Amino acid sequence: MSAPIVSMRDVTRRFGPVVANDRVSLELRAGEVHALVGENGAGKSTLMKVLYGLHPPHAGTIEVDGSAVHIDSPAAAMKLGLGMVHQHFLLVDTLTVAENVVLGLERRPLIGNFSPADAERAVAELSRRYLRVDPQAHVSELSVGEQQRVEILKVLYRGARVLILDEPTAVLTPQEVDELFGVLRSLRDHGTSIVLITHKLAEVKALADRVTVMRGGRVVGGGLASEMSVEAMAELMVGRVPAPLGARASRAPGVRVLEAIDLRAADARGLPAVVDVSLGVRGGEIVGLAGVEGNGQHELVECLAGLRTATAGRVRIAGIDVTGQGARTHSEAGLAHIPADRLKRGLVAELTSAENLVLGRQREAAHGPWLGGPALEARARGPLAEYDVRPPDPRARAGRLSGGNQQKLVVARELGRAAAAGFKGEARRPACALIAAHPTRGVDLGAIDAIHRRLLAARDAGLGILLVSSELSEILALSDRILVLTAGRIVHETSPAATDERALGLWMTGRATFIDTPLEPSRASGAPRRGSTPDPGPRA
Amino acid sequence: MTQRSQVLAPLAAVALALLAGAVLIAAVGQSPLEVYGLLVQQALGTGYGVGQTLFKCTPLLFAGLSVALAFRAGLFNVGAEGQMYLGGFAAAMVGAYVPLPMPLLLPLAILAAALAGALWAALAGVLKARFGAHEVINTIMLNFIAYALVAWWGRSLFMPATVRTRGIPEAAHIARLEVLLPWLRGSPANFSLVLGLVLACALGVFLFRTRAGYELRVLGLNPGAAEYAGVRIGRAQVLAFALSGALAGLGGTSFVLGYKHWFEQDFTAGAGFMGIAVALIGRNHPLGVCLSALFFGMLAYGGLVVNQRVPADLVNVLRALVILFAISAYALFERAARSARPKPAAAAPASEASA
Amino acid sequence: MSALGVLLFIAATLRITVPYALAAAGASLGERGGVVCLGLEGFMLNSALAYVLGAWYLHDPWLALACAVLAGLATAGLHALVTVAFRADQITSGIGINLLAAGLTRFVLVTVFHSSSNSPRVPGLPELPLGPVSDIPALGPLLETPLVLIAIVLVPAAAWLVFRTPFGLRLRATGELPAASAALGLSVGGLRTAGVLLCGALAGLAGAWLASEQHCFTDGMTGGRGYIAIAAMIVGKWHPAGAAAACLLFGATEAAQIALQGSSFPSALLQALPYAVTMLALAGFIGRATPPRALGTPYDPEGA
Repeated sequence: MSAPIVSMRDVTRRFGPVVANDRVSLELRAGEVHALVGENGAGKSTLMKVLYGLHPPHAGTIEVDGSAVHIDSPAAAMKLGLGMVHQHFLLVDTLTVAENVVLGLERRPLIGNFSPADAERAVAELSRRYLRVDPQAHVSELSVGEQQRVEILKVLYRGARVLILDEPTAVLTPQEVDELFGVLRSLRDHGTSIVLITHKLAEVKALADRVTVMRGGRVVGGGLASEMSVEAMAELMVGRVPAPLGARASRAPGVRVLEAIDLRAADARGLPAVVDVSLGVRGGEIVGLAGVEGNGQHELVECLAGLRTATAGRVRIAGIDVTGQGARTHSEAGLAHIPADRLKRGLVAELTSAENLVLGRQREAAHGPWLGGPALEARARGPLAEYDVRPPDPRARAGRLSGGNQQKLVVARELGRAAAAGFKGEARRPACALIAAHPTRGVDLGAIDAIHRRLLAARDAGLGILLVSSELSEILALSDRILVLTAGRIVHETSPAATDERALGLWMTGRATFIDTPLEPSRASGAPRRGSTPDPGPRA
Repeated sequence: MTQRSQVLAPLAAVALALLAGAVLIAAVGQSPLEVYGLLVQQALGTGYGVGQTLFKCTPLLFAGLSVALAFRAGLFNVGAEGQMYLGGFAAAMVGAYVPLPMPLLLPLAILAAALAGALWAALAGVLKARFGAHEVINTIMLNFIAYALVAWWGRSLFMPATVRTRGIPEAAHIARLEVLLPWLRGSPANFSLVLGLVLACALGVFLFRTRAGYELRVLGLNPGAAEYAGVRIGRAQVLAFALSGALAGLGGTSFVLGYKHWFEQDFTAGAGFMGIAVALIGRNHPLGVCLSALFFGMLAYGGLVVNQRVPADLVNVLRALVILFAISAYALFERAARSARPKPAAAAPASEASA
Repeated sequence: MSALGVLLFIAATLRITVPYALAAAGASLGERGGVVCLGLEGFMLNSALAYVLGAWYLHDPWLALACAVLAGLATAGLHALVTVAFRADQITSGIGINLLAAGLTRFVLVTVFHSSSNSPRVPGLPELPLGPVSDIPALGPLLETPLVLIAIVLVPAAAWLVFRTPFGLRLRATGELPAASAALGLSVGGLRTAGVLLCGALAGLAGAWLASEQHCFTDGMTGGRGYIAIAAMIVGKWHPAGAAAACLLFGATEAAQIALQGSSFPSALLQALPYAVTMLALAGFIGRATPPRALGTPYDPEGA
């Protein structure tokens, strides 16, 4: 039983009127893995950002090693031995691993000679002892799992005794998760304390010693991980037992509405991202595309939506060949698209809700050359109310809405295209295919449920949906058929009844030949990296 | 930004610039109050003064609309000066050398001005759309090239021993405003101002009530969303530049067709660059640009009037200070607004996990 | 052309390239930190005037050089204030600074020297006799010009600073991903400001060269060189030495322009030549280049 290294008491942090942390207390002991668990928006990231000096607390105290401290910047936190591994890596692509690690702590005069070789020497010892990454490699060449190891190296180099990891497994394959957990266990056994921010309860059970559950900014429960069941944690997280979606009406699927034939595409760097992908979605079915982010989904979706040119192959919508045409042609052929990044693609933050509801449909909504004004606002009221977008004001700027409401707006717009009646009330050809890319990312639980129900209803009405998601639970709950995309290829096809999360996870790594060798540069790790095509292994 | 700060910020910028100008005036040993007072009194106090102010305001209005339109599309048209220059030249050439009678010649000359500006701007637009080239540097380079081109043509086209072209016949004159408003007597203000105001209204309608204007605004606010919405980005950028250039080109008609009735070297005198300040203060909104152009027109004429006391370049300094203060004020107001608001849950960025 | 003629042309090119190279190297420092330095033209113009004012009032060309550097620093400081402290749009700030310099220099020209076109003559920087060096045909006198020597030293020094020092490492990191620097406790604002100020100092030297060569200040004497230097920096892929090398192209263009003056070549087209070459360069005929990723984006510590 060790004394607490870090003690946070009654910490409160607000953002405007929203109380992100409400009198939260947390104790962290040396040599333990402490899981901080909660849904999106529960306040767990905020709490750790307060600890790390990114946000000052509005109330409460923090003690490190028994003495009260005032942490006002990451630099101060690092001096106290606290280290944060961010969810979105803060690595400079153009620099080497070693340079990224020593940045800011070069231990040389500011205007003194300091070459990349000097950086490597500083890092070699650490790298040898704990982790396996080539110090000379440029970050741009590393896989996601390796990049994460560089982030951990950065923190260790600065003498961290406490490691805070924010959703570290969000971007890893199950294989890479196992490797990471091995590293974390080894660090824990050497006396490092680890805070694991996550909402994946299976991982908590696999790795954590103690758990703290948060909901709505407060601590609602906790204890020894061995003594808490996954169901108990889930109930604490959500506040109620989540209701199952219910049995789906089985339905004979119709004609092919969305097809990819031998599609190939390259990523931003010109490396192959999509390799010989062929798939078809029929009207009245949901095809789920499972895969860890970075395996080509982004490029595949963009090709299907007309936002990227494929290097080979064809795309057909409702039988019409639209290969190489822009988004407008795809849309006119009958495709709707809920984009993965709503702020970058799906919405214009400075425009109003009403104006955003015609984004992508502006030609259809226009009367000749005219578009806008009171007519547009009047038209918007219906969908805003129907999809429970808050506030339902058509003149509200979309950037002011919360993430969940923004997503509801986008869903309202895209599903609205599947309706038989057009803007002016007259009948027109509705959209027959929908690409829903990460449709519930960053959305709170209530809204997720609503969106899922809408997707199922649209499917029942005859819409063909390609669902792209990294949340296996979502894929399993909604899909009629499931495809697994790994390293740019479709490696497996199955149905929800015939598989589960564990099996899908294995397919997502391609059942690659992974051999646990010490100290080898990235190539041997087997983790799928952007552009590489590991052996998919024997099919079931 | 809130509605209130939308108006407050530009006013603050102007006020600060005038304050800095006052420092300069004091530095040359004059009284700022006296100088500013004289400036306002001359520019607005007499019919002739108002007329001159309106005359100075006209090219600024066109330039401001031009730059504002480009800004709305996410583009920076620093080439309004060269486009206006070439527009005036084209108008003068058509006016002086095309043998057509009255009802046809004037509109043709005006059209020529618009076309010349449009083509010159479209050049930069094509370079940007096709090669991704930096439109700021390219439009500036095109300004220099425009001066050089006109100087070269002028060797054969200028009247001997002058830097102006042949006089334009009555058929292509734009009437002076004093025809309608006699109290503006003697001033060169002319009906091209009316054209400018009409175009300002048209721009407003275009931006906020048409599909093409909607697509242009989306392009400027979020190019990723514009692509998603089916906008052909390259084509839209070239078109936006062409329209912007046309507006700038028309700015040359006031001097060339409405005042001197010939083209004169350096006639633009920085109006194209002033248009940047006009657009910024006018917040890229047609109404704002009109008011802003009026203010800067007043400054421009007033600056000439106080020339004995303070170099007329004071106005150019004020112009630049306004730009700097304006963008600073906007940035600071924006930050203040953002920290007062609670952060909505941010969307996670797309697939690439490395930041 | 005779061998001597070629040498003379090369010497002229090198000489003319000096202000471009200094300015472009400086700009690469500022932009490596993530700040667009379009105000380069204004930095140079103010510095040229400062040199003339310094030489006029202090009667010492070296002190005048110092004045020029100070003017460059001050103008760059204004740019840093607007773009780093206030986080306003960097491109517009650059244009604003250039317009400010244009207006301000003319204002001062009229007020102090009572002319709207040029100042009276002032002494330039003296040659530094280096004994046997002056005997080298054409290139000898070049090496005795102080600013040429300074450029020969400073350009590689700038490259070393960016790629071989901790400061340069931090600067580059800030230009690619400011959030990474911030998370490690570095001051993004401080680093960016340092880069911009270094740009101002080097631009100050460039402006001083222009004024020193002409022995006076003329209205608008930078003539777009600041923009051309930015183009050279882009072509040189934001590497101080690469930028300076790219400047040779533009220096050669200007040297050709001078050499062909008075010939039958249409003068106006000659005038347009450097600008046309710049546009062609930017259109990618001389290779594409990737800028520092965070270039042009104001850094917001609160933002994602």
